[in-house]
Amino acid sequence: MSRNGNGISRADFAAIAAWIKQGSRVLDLGCGDGSLLRYLKEKRDITGCGVEIDDAKVLACVKNGISVIQTDLERGLADFTDHSFDYVVLSQTIQAVKNSERIIREMLRVGREGIVTFPNFGYWKNRLQVLRGHMPVSDNMPYEWFDTPNVHLCTVEDFERFCAQRRIRVLESKVLTRGRAVHLWPNLLGALAVYHFGSAAAQ
Amino acid sequence: MDGTVSERSVGLVTPQRARFDEPLRLKSGVVLDGYDLVYETYGTLDAQASNAVLVCHALNASHHVAGRYADDPDNVGWWDNMIGPGKPLDTNRFFVIGVNNLGGCHGSTGPRTINAKTGKPWGGDFPIVTVEDWVAAQARLADRLGIERFAAVMGGSLGAMQALAWTIQYPERLRHALVIACTPKLSAQNIAFNEVARQAIITDPDFHEGHYQEHGATPKRGLRVARMVGHITYLSDDEMASKFGRQLKHGKLNYSFDTEFEIESYLRHQGNKFAEYFDANTYLRITKVLDYFDPAFDHGGNLTQALAPAQAAFLVISFTTDWRFSPERSREIVKALLDNRRDVTYAEIDAPHGHDAFLLDDARYHRLVAAYFERIAQELAA
Repeated sequence: MSRNGNGISRADFAAIAAWIKQGSRVLDLGCGDGSLLRYLKEKRDITGCGVEIDDAKVLACVKNGISVIQTDLERGLADFTDHSFDYVVLSQTIQAVKNSERIIREMLRVGREGIVTFPNFGYWKNRLQVLRGHMPVSDNMPYEWFDTPNVHLCTVEDFERFCAQRRIRVLESKVLTRGRAVHLWPNLLGALAVYHFGSAAAQ
Repeated sequence: MDGTVSERSVGLVTPQRARFDEPLRLKSGVVLDGYDLVYETYGTLDAQASNAVLVCHALNASHHVAGRYADDPDNVGWWDNMIGPGKPLDTNRFFVIGVNNLGGCHGSTGPRTINAKTGKPWGGDFPIVTVEDWVAAQARLADRLGIERFAAVMGGSLGAMQALAWTIQYPERLRHALVIACTPKLSAQNIAFNEVARQAIITDPDFHEGHYQEHGATPKRGLRVARMVGHITYLSDDEMASKFGRQLKHGKLNYSFDTEFEIESYLRHQGNKFAEYFDANTYLRITKVLDYFDPAFDHGGNLTQALAPAQAAFLVISFTTDWRFSPERSREIVKALLDNRRDVTYAEIDAPHGHDAFLLDDARYHRLVAAYFERIAQELAA
């Protein structure tokens, strides 16, 4: 499990940090080299733990001073107890998970709240590439159709509908393009979606 | 162990001996009046005594962790590939201690030692010891060396059990625990293999109830078989297949009970080598140490509760082909630590060598340990 494009990550880091309370416990699924957790440590003084499957990224986490558990997200989060974290983050990884619904459920079991970011397939540049007859390739989705790890791409509206149907309460959301919030027609003009959610039962 | 010394060796080393006269009450209830521990150190203890790392040994190893002896240059420390200047555990930065555990046969008080009460070797009368007893004895050595808190306690296999026990028994006395190729307790299968090894020794006619020294005998046949059985469990099926397969010793089948296959020859060689230097009473006791290790036992089997006192940060490492202490067993430890909200990093190294992988020079494994010690060094400097 790995995070898509590196250069773009910073934009969603700031959006995520804005929602995270000072000194909280954060689990980052598909944490890559641990940059997000490091960022949150610096900005929000969090206690963090990452989950990553890739050897090189696990090593990078240790070099970054970030605690990491090497495991396959597809196995679920069996190593983690209910509500053992304040937030569970899935940053630019959900589109590459085989069972996206299960991972969202697991996030809300292990964490009190979840934060997910994903490339918006409905972004106009993606639509344009499809209209021209090609699978979209962009900063957020830097893969060709034949080598992409992305199996569950969705649009902002798809995700909203998904949450509504499963009684997942969206607490906050942002849609970004080149790091800037998009308010007008987010499903068309937004490249990257950032959602903060909790379970309906918590209402 | 590959037995080579790289340029980055700690060089010539000399074992030291510490005498302890304060009695030690063992977990079994038996009291050991006094004892010696033999140990080695590499590197320099800093002024705050903050950079000490205790390296705990596994089944057949000793205090001789790194470097070599002037009078026995082929005797290279058992973890020399891990420990030395510029190595993952860098002796330019850390003060490293290796200690031969109680009941051992490399100089610390054990079955070969003369029992002051009888004037004869302890032999079969040497008490049964446990991981917890070893850790208690190690803690006294730490006191003696002026080390209040270790930067890390580290070990593989049975050595890792000691590191884990340290975090429970003396939680405030270590910053980090490196728990490699470990298990929170032996499985029935693990105990079964140990029992076969013990029976091989005990039923050897030269065993004499453990008092073979007085009889001028050594139960070598039993030790050989015990080591052969043990060795099978250290290697993976794939590793054995690729190393030996069904290769013939003499190029053709002889339809006899002599060694036909290379694997037989290899096991016999390992068994013979071992029987020459290792003490049977020590071997028996160390297999018992393994069997009895189960920190969750006193907590109704709840490992999370057992590890609740731990304060250290952990690096837990397992190896994919280790079927003796499989990755699932390490995950039990990781889960219990996470349940206790401990700082834990877990890595599963994809290595073909089975349980023995923790002793081998695998680049991914060593890079990870190096990076973790770098983190420890940075914490100490902060």
